[in-house]
Amino acid sequence: MDAELVRQRARARVRARHSWRHTAVSALGPLTALAGLIWALVQPYRVTLLDPDKHGFWHLAVQPPLLVILVGIVFHFWVVPGLLADLEEVEERRS
Amino acid sequence: MEPPAEVVHWMFGVGFVFLGLCLLAEAIVGPEVWRRRGWRGYLWPGIAFLMGILMWPVMVFYTSSAIHMLAHSAWAQALMLVGAAQLGLVRGKLHNQLWELTLPFALVVSGLAFLLHEQNPWFFSRSAFLHHALGWTLLAGSVVCLGRAVQPRSPVFNAGFAVMIVAVAALLFCDRNVAPIFGHLSPLAGAR
Repeated sequence: MDAELVRQRARARVRARHSWRHTAVSALGPLTALAGLIWALVQPYRVTLLDPDKHGFWHLAVQPPLLVILVGIVFHFWVVPGLLADLEEVEERRS
Repeated sequence: MEPPAEVVHWMFGVGFVFLGLCLLAEAIVGPEVWRRRGWRGYLWPGIAFLMGILMWPVMVFYTSSAIHMLAHSAWAQALMLVGAAQLGLVRGKLHNQLWELTLPFALVVSGLAFLLHEQNPWFFSRSAFLHHALGWTLLAGSVVCLGRAVQPRSPVFNAGFAVMIVAVAALLFCDRNVAPIFGHLSPLAGAR
């Protein structure tokens, strides 16, 4: 029981010590999506869905701010989870 | 039904944003962690190679002059060369680390292609400005990548390369078919 507690505390210490990498990787996707959101607010005319009658197919299909948000979301939910799991495993082993 | 040229630039911009995020994540965690899962190691070289393939139809359908066509084919070949060399290194088919030099070489070729095929000055139009800006960004990036080839584990060079790719994406997103740049637009630029 004590040994398990000690191990858990050691793991928690490791996570806290190496958390900057964890935080930085976790933040990449949300920051990208936030950049896309700010872009959409600053240049709303880039979001052609707000005025669909004025635009053709391609300008409705490809809207840069929305695509940047999409890239952030895809990266966060597809690439980041496995990367964080691997990062934690390597950091635990190194400690 | 062909997409307008500016839309094609934005679609490549999306590819470069994803590429930049992958490279930034690799720079943060280090190549050992990044390559722990096989597919992740192939991710950015694969995207670069795919963008090189997709550049060929752009060259065929969107270029209106020989020099413009040559520039697009240079970018297509550069992207495919970098992607293929990096795929070979990750897979273990290529062992010589000199293959890393394909990256700065491709950036020099791409940067020169931007600068040489743009015959108008910086403030002629937005497109001319972006060509000059992209050309110099890639040439500066080639110096960073040369450092990365010499010191592959340097977080500074790796992060610098990733930031350069994100900057290229931002410049591609700024593209418009015919538009002013900082209030300048030459009457010869084709504006109605």
